[in-house]
Amino acid sequence: MNAPVKIETTLKDWETDQEVRWCPGCGDYAILKAVQRTLPQLGADPANTVFISGIGCSSRFPYYIESYGFHTIHGRAPAFATGAKLANPDLDIWLVTGDGDGLSIGGNHLMHVLRRNVNMQIMLFNNEIYGLTKGQASPTSREGTKSPSTPIGSVDHPARPAAFALGSGARFVARGFDVSKHLPEVLKAAHAHKGAAFIEIFQNCIVYNKDVFDDFAAPKGAEDRQLWLEDGKPMLFAKDTKGLTLNHETLSLEVVDVADGDWKSAGVIVHDVTNRSIAHMLVEMPFGPFPMALGVLYDDPAPTFEDAVTEERAKASAGKEANLAKLLSSGQTWTVSGTAQDPI
Amino acid sequence: MATAATTPEGAASSTPDAIVVRFAGDSGDGMQLTGGQFTLSTALAGNDLATFPDFPAEIRAPQGTLFGVSAFQINFGSRAINTAGDAPDVLVAMNPAALKVNLAALKPGGLIVADTGAFTKRNLDKAHYLSNPLEDGSLAKYDVLAFDISEKTIEAVKPFGLGNKDALRSKNMWTLGLALWMFGRPRKPIHDWLKAKFKSKPDIADANIAALDAGHAFGETAELSGPIRQMEMPPVESAPGLYRTITGAEAVSLGLVAGAQLAELPMFFGGYPITPASAILHHLARLKEYGVTTFQAEDEIAAICAAIGASYAGQLGVTSSSGPGIALKTEAIGLGIMTELPLVIVNSQRGGPSTGLPTKTEQSDLYQAVYGRNGDAPMPVIAARSPSDAFEVAIEACRIATEYMTPVMLLTDGYIANAAEPWKVPNPADFTPFPAQFLTEPRGEQLLPYKRNEKGARPWIKPGTPGMMHRIGGIEKHEETGNIDYSPDNHQRMTDLRKAKVENIAVPDQEVALGETSGTLAVVGWGSTYGPIHQAVRRSIAKGCSVSHIHVRHIWPMPKNLGELLKGFDHVLVPEMNTGQFKTVLRDQFLVDAQPLTKTSGQPFQIAELEAAIAKYFDGIEGNEGGEVAVNDQQLPSPVAEND
Repeated sequence: MNAPVKIETTLKDWETDQEVRWCPGCGDYAILKAVQRTLPQLGADPANTVFISGIGCSSRFPYYIESYGFHTIHGRAPAFATGAKLANPDLDIWLVTGDGDGLSIGGNHLMHVLRRNVNMQIMLFNNEIYGLTKGQASPTSREGTKSPSTPIGSVDHPARPAAFALGSGARFVARGFDVSKHLPEVLKAAHAHKGAAFIEIFQNCIVYNKDVFDDFAAPKGAEDRQLWLEDGKPMLFAKDTKGLTLNHETLSLEVVDVADGDWKSAGVIVHDVTNRSIAHMLVEMPFGPFPMALGVLYDDPAPTFEDAVTEERAKASAGKEANLAKLLSSGQTWTVSGTAQDPI
Repeated sequence: MATAATTPEGAASSTPDAIVVRFAGDSGDGMQLTGGQFTLSTALAGNDLATFPDFPAEIRAPQGTLFGVSAFQINFGSRAINTAGDAPDVLVAMNPAALKVNLAALKPGGLIVADTGAFTKRNLDKAHYLSNPLEDGSLAKYDVLAFDISEKTIEAVKPFGLGNKDALRSKNMWTLGLALWMFGRPRKPIHDWLKAKFKSKPDIADANIAALDAGHAFGETAELSGPIRQMEMPPVESAPGLYRTITGAEAVSLGLVAGAQLAELPMFFGGYPITPASAILHHLARLKEYGVTTFQAEDEIAAICAAIGASYAGQLGVTSSSGPGIALKTEAIGLGIMTELPLVIVNSQRGGPSTGLPTKTEQSDLYQAVYGRNGDAPMPVIAARSPSDAFEVAIEACRIATEYMTPVMLLTDGYIANAAEPWKVPNPADFTPFPAQFLTEPRGEQLLPYKRNEKGARPWIKPGTPGMMHRIGGIEKHEETGNIDYSPDNHQRMTDLRKAKVENIAVPDQEVALGETSGTLAVVGWGSTYGPIHQAVRRSIAKGCSVSHIHVRHIWPMPKNLGELLKGFDHVLVPEMNTGQFKTVLRDQFLVDAQPLTKTSGQPFQIAELEAAIAKYFDGIEGNEGGEVAVNDQQLPSPVAEND
C-alpha cells in the first residue's frame, strides 16, 4: 500500500542500461528478476520508487533497477532510508542489505529501523558469507565454516536474521530464497504491509559458499524440507503428509504425521500471521528436525514512524505562527534608543 | 549574625567601567541558574556583557568536592565587552571547595562573598583545607564578606514550611538577591521568571522569591561598611535597536532555521546526545512549526546518515555533534562529498582527544574539519567567533551547502555554545534569500545528474520527480552521467572537479578586525578567541604597538587575499586553543612564518596573557610590560609560545 497511483509498467521498464556485475550464476540475478517482475504487478511508479542499499554484493542492486537509487555506506542504509522517508513519506522505499551489511556493521541500524517501524521493504540477502571481500565468514555463517579468516572453521554462533528482526519489534517477517517461484508473492505481501517489512532471502553465493542452502532449497525433495506458510491454512508440508502441531505442555512446536489428509485430527495448527507467539517459534525452529519455514511468518501492522512524526509535527505546529522575526525576538528583550534603555 | 568583614589596605573603591563576577559553588548549588538570571538582569539594565559557564562533566559530583565545583563568570560594563573577563573582581564562594578552586583567579583586593554555613569541618576536609581560610588570615589580601547565607536562607523561607534540605536549595536565590542589590538591578524579572518556572508549585516559587528578597534586603539594611557596597554600572552605548541575550547554541539553532527559510527548504535535523552539542537538538525540537523535523537517532552515524537521506529527498539535512561524534560521522561526510548533496555539520568542539574534556572548551578539531577524511575529500569549513556571530555563520553554512551542493562544517566550541551575550535582534528581511533549485527535467537530450553549473555544483534532483530516475552512491562516478566509472582519467578529473568546486566557493575578502592593514605584527585568530585577541590588540595599539587583529571566519576555503594581507606584516602570531593547527594550515597555504601561541587548559585565553605575548614583539615601547596574568595559573599550564 505504498504507491498511491498504480502505474502500468513492464519488466523491461525496470531494467537500467548498466552492465550487471555480479558473478555468473549468482543468486542475486534471480532476486533482481523477481523484483523486476513484481514491481509491474504492484503498479509501482519508477519515479516514486527508491532503492537504498549499503555495501556488499547485494548492495549493488540499486544500479540495476530503473528507479531512484542510493548506494550508501556499509551498514547504514536503514538510517539513510529513515531520513528520506521522513523527508518525503510518499516515497516507496526498498532497502537492500546483506548478512554482513545488515547484521554485522549495520545491526544497530537494522534493529532501530524495525522497532521504529518505518514504512519500507527490507530485503536482506543472506548468503552466509562475505562475498565482495572474497569469502570471509559472516555473522550468519554456520559454526565450523572454513574461510580465509577462519581457516580451521568459524567458532562463533550464527545470528538468525528472522529471529533478530522479530526480536527487534518487526511487524512483518518473511522468508524466501533466490530461485523460489514463490518469491514474488512474498515481495508483494511485504509491499502490501504498511510499516517495516523484513524479508530474509536466502541467496546462493556460487563462488564462496556454493549451494550452502541446498539442504532445503534444492529442488529434489524440496517439499519434504520446506514449509510454505499461508495465512489461514494448516501448517502442512511433505505433500500434506506432515504438519506442525503445538505441544501445549512444553509450549513448543512438533512435527506430526498426517494420515489421509486429516490434519485436524493430527492436531496441525492453522497459520495466523498475526500470532506473534507462534511467529517467535517459527523463526527459532531449527532446520533439520523441522522443515524450513518460508513465506510470511508474521504480519500484523502497527502505526508507522513517519506517520507518528508527521502527526506530532502537525500537533506541535497547530495554532502556531511560523514568524521568524517573532522567534528571533522571543524571550526577554530590551530596546536601545540612542543611549537610553527601556526594559520591556 | 556571623559577619566577618575585613578590608585590606589600599583597596580601590572607585567604580570601574566593567566588573567581573564569578559565582562558584557545588554542582548541586544552582550556580548556572544564578549566573543565568544575573546575566538577564544585567542585560535588562543595558550593560554589555559576556559570560563563561564552567561546570564539571559529572551531573552531580560528590557534594563538597574540588572536582564538583561549578562556576559561572560574567563580565559586564558600560563599555563594549568582548570576553568573559580575565580575573574576577567579585568571587561568590558557596563552599570551601569553590573558594579553593577559584581563589587563584581573583584579583588582588577583590571581594569574596562566602557562606560561613557551608564552611564546616566536613566541607573544609573535602576541600583539603587544614584550617578555615575565613578565619586563619590567609585571605588578608582580599576583601572578605562572610556570613551564614545558609542560616539566613532557612530563616527567610521558614514561613513556607520547607524542610532544611529543601530550604537550602534556595541559597542560590538569596545570593542572587544580594548580587542584584550590589549592582542596583531590579528584582522583578527574576520574580517573573521564578513564577513561570514553578508555575505548578507556587510554594516553591514563593519560597525562592522570599529568599531572593531577603538577600536583597540584607544588602540594603545590613549595617555593613567596608567591602560591601553598591556599585552603579551605567548602560553601555549601543546601536539603537531591539536586544536580547543569546547563547551560541541558541544562535546556531535560530541561524539554521533562518538559513533553511532563506533556502526555502524544510529542515531535517539528525542528532544524538553529546556534550556540549545537545542544546542545539533541544532548541530545534521545539521549533516544529518552522518546518523543522528533529530526529534523535540511535547513534552519531545514523544521525548524519538520516540527514543525508533527507537531503537526498529534498530537504536541508543538518547534523550536529562534538569531536568524538564527528569522528564517527566521518565516513558519511565522505559520502556527502562524493554524492554532492547539501548538508550542514555543526561541531561544538570540546577538549580532546577521545572523550577528553566534555564540558571544557578547545579548538582542536580544526585538522579534523579541514583534513580528517579518507581520500581527497574537500569540504568548506567556517567558524563562529561568538554566540551572536553564530547566527550569521549558520546562515552562511546553509547558503554554501545549498548553492554548492556540498557538506559544510560549522565550527563552534564549548565556550560559544554555553556562553551568553547581548544580541541586537536582526531583521530576517535584511538577509538575501538563496532559494534552492531542483532540476525537474533534463537540460539536454540526456539526463546528466553530475553535469555541473558555473559554480561547479551538480543539479539537485528529488526522488519522486517523473522521468528523472538515476542512481547515486559512494563509488567513483562518471563526470556527467554519474554512472559507476573507475577509469583512471575519470577519477583524475572527478578529484580535480571536487577540489576546484570547493576552492572556488565565493568567500568575502579578508578584512582587518582592528589596526592597520600592514605593520609589525598580525595576530591572526579564528573562532572563540576573537574576544580576548581583540581586547589584547586594542590595549597594545593604545600602548603604541604596530599590531593588527585579523579574524578568519572562512577556514576553508580561505579568503583569496589572506596570503597577501599576511605578507604585509613582519610577524604573524596565531593564538589558538590547540597545539597550533590553524598556524600549520596558514603556513601550508601561504608559506608564511606564522608563529603559534597555544593553550589547551580547557579555559579560554585571558586578555592579559595575549597582551604579554604581543609585548614580546615590541621591546623598548614604554609601559609595555604586558598585562598581569592572574587566572588559574596555579592550576593550569601557561600558554606556550613555540618555535617549531
